[in-house]
Amino acid sequence: MDKDMKLPLIENGSVIDHIDCGMAIKVLRILGLTSGEPEQTVTVLIKAASRKRKWKDIVKVEGKELKPREVNQIALVAPHATINIIRNHTVVKKITPALPDDVKGIVKCTNLSCISNLNEPIEPSFKVECREPVKLRCHYCDRVVEDPGSHLIE
Amino acid sequence: MNFRGRDVVSIREFSRQEIERVLHVARDMLPVAERRKRSNMLDGYVLSTFFYEPSTRTRLSFQSAICRLGGRYIGFADPAVTSMKKGETLADTVKMAEAYSDAMVLRHPHEGAARLAAEFCSKPVINAGDGAGQHPTQTMLDLFTIKEELGSIDGKTVAMVGDLKYGRTVHSLSYALAMFGAELIFVSPRELQMPKDIVESLSEQGAKLKSTTRLDEAVKEADAVYVTRIQKERFPDPNEYQKVAGIYQINAALLKDAPEDLIVMHPLPRVTEISPEVDPTKHALYFKQAFYGVPVRMALLALVLGEVE
Repeated sequence: MDKDMKLPLIENGSVIDHIDCGMAIKVLRILGLTSGEPEQTVTVLIKAASRKRKWKDIVKVEGKELKPREVNQIALVAPHATINIIRNHTVVKKITPALPDDVKGIVKCTNLSCISNLNEPIEPSFKVECREPVKLRCHYCDRVVEDPGSHLIE
Repeated sequence: MNFRGRDVVSIREFSRQEIERVLHVARDMLPVAERRKRSNMLDGYVLSTFFYEPSTRTRLSFQSAICRLGGRYIGFADPAVTSMKKGETLADTVKMAEAYSDAMVLRHPHEGAARLAAEFCSKPVINAGDGAGQHPTQTMLDLFTIKEELGSIDGKTVAMVGDLKYGRTVHSLSYALAMFGAELIFVSPRELQMPKDIVESLSEQGAKLKSTTRLDEAVKEADAVYVTRIQKERFPDPNEYQKVAGIYQINAALLKDAPEDLIVMHPLPRVTEISPEVDPTKHALYFKQAFYGVPVRMALLALVLGEVE
């Protein structure tokens, strides 16, 4: 794929492939790469041809290995993504983000009156109501969050 | 079936058999609630009633319920007198209810508050309304009213009238009535119709449903009419509220052609949706419905405190 797309190879870092088309910006936001001083080279390809799904986005981040929390968040916005962890130009780990049945501490409830949005010692907590498109039901107020990728906890 | 130590947060956590058990125990409590019989079943128990929002019927009926069974209550009806004013979290306040009492009744303006309380309190927590969220004991007393007054719930036709869009207690009651095999007629202006996802979920449950904007037609078909207040605070535009406010009113003229044994229910408080001229008629059940809150809450307290199995 890199050969086809002529994307620069990375020495150490992460390649997030098969991102649902148009969701690369949300993935960048999850990785904290849309603000502040860039500390690493980031390559983004939007609307690349995909054999599996017609179109896809790709994000490559030099010098950063994704944390489990980031992988879980990516599962919310790009459920078909695959993640390769690269060390010395070699893929050392392949991760397929999987949305767990319970989503804790990564999404805010959209109901402003929900107790989870107050200063209480709890983590926002959801049950997965629908996997495609992803919809979450709040454990506390029962409200369904339709677009969880837009309501991630910073 | 074991209720001891159980939280009562949402009606959806109760099976039909469990709700029937609550209604059965409530029936046994009736003579005590009416003071035809005395009981010390909950002697020595202390109930916390923490009300962060105004309430007349729910708070007083819980307090009456524990007193009628020989127990006592502590609590507040105005959060201004609590440490919430100093910034204390609900989670910390709930720990005090756990320390000072045997069960807790909570009303709170924020949805999900009772769920949080149940997680932080090892004693039973009963949700007495969390914002626009759940109010399970209201649903139970509504079911009890229908059962007591009509003999059964199964096969009865209940017309739900008014704000069916925002009124979450109407959503919970519809779910419970469908579970009991009642037929439902939704009567509302187009702007306040029952949300589509709830209608779909009720249909999946196998409920028999009908929607109309005509109250006069629904009244002729129904065994019970459940009227709700259209709440001004729900409307972002006051003009939109004015369009639908007062659109439905139960009055003597409307009830002229109603079936003789039709009952009119309302969770109260009412504003203009039921004319006071209905009060002396045999159709008016709303004050008795409010009274039924006492035996139903007595039953729940006795069950979750383990004095009745």
